[in-house]
Amino acid sequence: MSGVILMRSMLLLAVGESARQNVSIFDPASPQAESIRNLGILVLAITGGIFLVVEGILFYTMFRFRRGAPPGPLVPNPDPKVPPPVTVEPAGTSPEPPQVYGSKPIEIAWTAAPTLVVLILLLVITRTLWEIAPDRPEPHEGDNALFVTVIGRQWWWEYRYDHYNGRPLGFTTANELHIPVGRDGKDYPVYLTLQSADVCHSFWVPRLAGKTDLIPGRTNHMTFHTATAGLYVGQCAEYCGTQHAKMLLRVNAQPSEEFESWLRHEEQPATDVETVREDKHVFLKQSCVNCHLVRGTEKDTPARRREYAPDLTHLMSRKTLASGIIVNDVKTLRDWVRDPQNIKAGCLMPAFGLSDRELDSVVRYLLTLR
Amino acid sequence: MNELTAPAAPPAGQEPAPGAGETPSGPEAPPPITPEKTLQPAQWGMICFLASEAAFFCTLITAYLTFLGSAAADADPKPADALKLSLLVIASTLCLLSSSFTVHKAEGALRAGRQGGFCLWWGLTILLGVIFLTGTGVEWRELIVEKHLTISRNLFGTSYYTLVGFHALHVTGGVIAMSVVLGMGLRNEVTAKNHLGAEMVAWYWHFVDGVWVVVFTVVYLVGS
Amino acid sequence: MAVAEQTTSEPKPDAAAEHGPEPGSLLDWLTTVDHKKLGLLYIFLSLFFLVVGGIEALLMRWQLMWPDYDFVTRDRFNALFTMHGTTMVFFVGMPILIGLGNYFVPLMIGARDMAFPRLNAFGLWATLFGGFLVYFSFATGGAPALGWFAYAPLTEKTFSRGPATDLWALGLIVSGAGTIAGGVNFIATILGMRAPGMTLFKVPFFVWTMLWTSFLILVAIPPLTAGLIMILLDRNLGAHFFDAQNGGSAIMWQHMFWFFGHPEVYILILPVFGMVSEIIPVFSRKVLFGYEFMAAATMGIAFVSLGVWAHHMFTVGMTRTQDLFFVASTLIISIPTGIKFFNWLATMYGGRLRFESPMLFCFGFLSMFLIGGLTGIMLAAAPFTFQLSDTYFVVAHFHWVLIGGTLFGTFAGIYYWYPKMTGRMLDERLAKWQFWLLYIGFMLTFGPMHISGMLGMARRIYTYEADRGWMFWNQLTTVGALIQAPSFAIFIWNVIVSWRKGKPAGDNPWDAWTLEWATASPPPSYNFEEVPVVHSRRPLWDLKHPDDPDWKYEHE
Repeated sequence: MSGVILMRSMLLLAVGESARQNVSIFDPASPQAESIRNLGILVLAITGGIFLVVEGILFYTMFRFRRGAPPGPLVPNPDPKVPPPVTVEPAGTSPEPPQVYGSKPIEIAWTAAPTLVVLILLLVITRTLWEIAPDRPEPHEGDNALFVTVIGRQWWWEYRYDHYNGRPLGFTTANELHIPVGRDGKDYPVYLTLQSADVCHSFWVPRLAGKTDLIPGRTNHMTFHTATAGLYVGQCAEYCGTQHAKMLLRVNAQPSEEFESWLRHEEQPATDVETVREDKHVFLKQSCVNCHLVRGTEKDTPARRREYAPDLTHLMSRKTLASGIIVNDVKTLRDWVRDPQNIKAGCLMPAFGLSDRELDSVVRYLLTLR
Repeated sequence: MNELTAPAAPPAGQEPAPGAGETPSGPEAPPPITPEKTLQPAQWGMICFLASEAAFFCTLITAYLTFLGSAAADADPKPADALKLSLLVIASTLCLLSSSFTVHKAEGALRAGRQGGFCLWWGLTILLGVIFLTGTGVEWRELIVEKHLTISRNLFGTSYYTLVGFHALHVTGGVIAMSVVLGMGLRNEVTAKNHLGAEMVAWYWHFVDGVWVVVFTVVYLVGS
Repeated sequence: MAVAEQTTSEPKPDAAAEHGPEPGSLLDWLTTVDHKKLGLLYIFLSLFFLVVGGIEALLMRWQLMWPDYDFVTRDRFNALFTMHGTTMVFFVGMPILIGLGNYFVPLMIGARDMAFPRLNAFGLWATLFGGFLVYFSFATGGAPALGWFAYAPLTEKTFSRGPATDLWALGLIVSGAGTIAGGVNFIATILGMRAPGMTLFKVPFFVWTMLWTSFLILVAIPPLTAGLIMILLDRNLGAHFFDAQNGGSAIMWQHMFWFFGHPEVYILILPVFGMVSEIIPVFSRKVLFGYEFMAAATMGIAFVSLGVWAHHMFTVGMTRTQDLFFVASTLIISIPTGIKFFNWLATMYGGRLRFESPMLFCFGFLSMFLIGGLTGIMLAAAPFTFQLSDTYFVVAHFHWVLIGGTLFGTFAGIYYWYPKMTGRMLDERLAKWQFWLLYIGFMLTFGPMHISGMLGMARRIYTYEADRGWMFWNQLTTVGALIQAPSFAIFIWNVIVSWRKGKPAGDNPWDAWTLEWATASPPPSYNFEEVPVVHSRRPLWDLKHPDDPDWKYEHE
């Protein structure tokens, strides 16, 4: 376990990002998240005001009317505009204070005031609701829009790139989502189609948008766009089993040229490097290919269902492994292939008991999948 | 302890005399207490129990309707293929519905003190209930053996057997409860003076009947 | 025990008490159908589970003290939060409120017992054995790791293979049956067995809230039972209700669960509103301000609470119109809650406040429940919840309601009624220690959770990344939990010690006004020698102030 911790601290250094990831909902990087932030601040202000007033009255009342407090003037009528409530003086020497049974005008007043607040809130909330969830257009050329189908799986993310700027794509990658950022006042919107292959998950990158669940048997949508390049992190936000905590999200927002070249690269099948021919055969003989797909090798292996595990075609273009929990380099990759359970216990990939030679071959081959 | 309850109170007891407490001396007397009209606790209890049962069946019916809407992509058999408004279904439904009438007659007889009439009508109700259950059994046999519809077959099977099954379970419970009451009636332990228990069982029976009307409508009329 | 001592010194109009086992013997407690003994048993049951659930919470907090820590890992942590939630809601919150209701509803309405004493005993034992069933899963190779709302299809055999999930569902069905039995019993008792003169609008406020709580129990628990049965059918007979691979609906479970789950919150808070509405007037020496409006607000909350459930599901991708409906209903329910709050303040205003332990905890309730209510309003803002749902902010919110509201209020109730139940006072000095440790520890535990939630920390994660900046807030939370822990120990110590050695209480130590204070402490098994007759909501006030009785000023 301490090995994992060490590995993970290396992740911080190796990936070379700032030591702290910002996941605050109050630091939006998209208009959608910003709109929610603004609503949040307004709601905080309103409830904060109510808090101060009510808590103030509570403390004042407790102090002013505590037993043994100096006798002040008779209790003032809380609202001079309304007729005095029914008051009964206590009998004789009884120490009881005046009994006030209630007052209809006061009750109406403090029913009306919250109702007004509720109405205002309702209007603001309605506006934000409509603001952040615009209707979803069909992809067409010149829209600069990216359409991705996100499939939640125990415990990683599958991304199927559907359309970009009206062009159909049709490749699949995993765990690290790449999106273009807007420039020159032009938005590059991202439309996600959210589905689940097993249990409920939730896609949540706080700085980009609020969360939306991925529910088996159901298709959800969400949208956001950003003008700031950078790495946005988040994680699955609906409890989904053993490794729910280790189902991290990474979204790489890149300038559009950079994104487009990434796109072109990802569309290609896997490179076929002469020097690792042998290693490739070793890899294809293992059961890895029952679940993992390396595009371009289908003809070498009998057709099997390869949708259970991340697509490895461009494995080495990803900075992390296992849904963002460890950095992707020779050492961790080897450790992962040897025994994933050591790093992410409970994940669906078992240790296959490869010999050191086989392991070396597999890793050598994987390292070429840039 | 006594002094705390006494002064403002009229002579103790469940039904104080009107105007009690109007003693000439002392402070002003409170207005007289009129005895409140309310059901007996047992009746309130039964109403509450039936309300919770209603909430339970509402959930099952909602589930049934939910899956009815999405049954298109489902494996065969579909509701329309499996369920027919056959003579069997209509006959057993009529039996159950008429049992509400017989149980009502039984109650009337009991209240009027006709012990024999009570046992007769009550027994007839049990018989009708048993016929209904037999009808359900025959229908289920046909569904399972001939149409291969089981609870795990498809969503229709899942929701159908659950809904109809829980209703049948309630009818069975009713038949057992009524048999116990019949036994007590025959031994004169349920009589005109002591009829609250029988009345409660009858309420339950009416409720189970009413649920069947809804289930029948949903499953056989709307569903197929 | 204490109850038995009392009965020997009193005449016995009830012949029933003559038979049966030796009063106070173990057999007597196991077979009792007396509402007071059952009430105490309910309270003991929930205190037992409170300790268990509290230990579970501490283990989780220790695990979250440092990022990437492995004190309790993965499935064990996941099982811990499942069991903590299940325990606290089903085996602490509901039983303790039903227990206090059981003890005091008959006393407050001048009845000799609940309507169905044997059904009452069934309710208690069903709750207890339901709890045992759920906990038995530990012996079968691990408790369920589902989260307390057990979202389908995690509950399917494919995703949780062991028997733990079956035991969990079965346990909740059994204890649910017990709870429904309790609800039936309360309504029948309250509607059918009030003392002469106590019309439905003259019942003490606690009784009124128990009535509506019971209504919610009857409407909300059966759908949960139906859903749990479906889980069992799916797992054991191959049905497909929640089996999304075969067309089943994962989202239907969410609807069923939350249709139960949200009224459940009000099941846990309405009786507390009732208790607080008993205690604040007595310790302010004033009549409850605006009883009629309070009563109407309770009713309003009960009905509206049936229409807000999907605010737990804002992120499932409902249409905007559906979102808006549930935003509106959720905001609307804050209005009657606000009315109650203002009425409590008005009751205190102009009073002569005494800050003995029950009122101290009422102060805790008022000052903290307000915050829970306000964060509730924030969460009602659906877009804000798109960010906050399933984060530690939500965890903070509902703990603020359930501890700041339910627990503080329940402690107030226990301090208020302990003298009646045992004839002895709880120790005030220990009470103050308990209160301040709990108050400070509570704020330190759950306050920082708001912040870690807003900083993006999802709930139900067994560990977190070091680079997210959550460690500091988590450490504050853990320290807060460690401060809270001794307060519970002090409370239990206080309860045990004062049972025999506390200051004798007398019949009416707080100079209160409702009927339970008109009988001995502890009350004899038959409660009242003569059935009392009442003319107002405060019969003992009338008695003490014959020149100025309440009935002159009350109108219905």
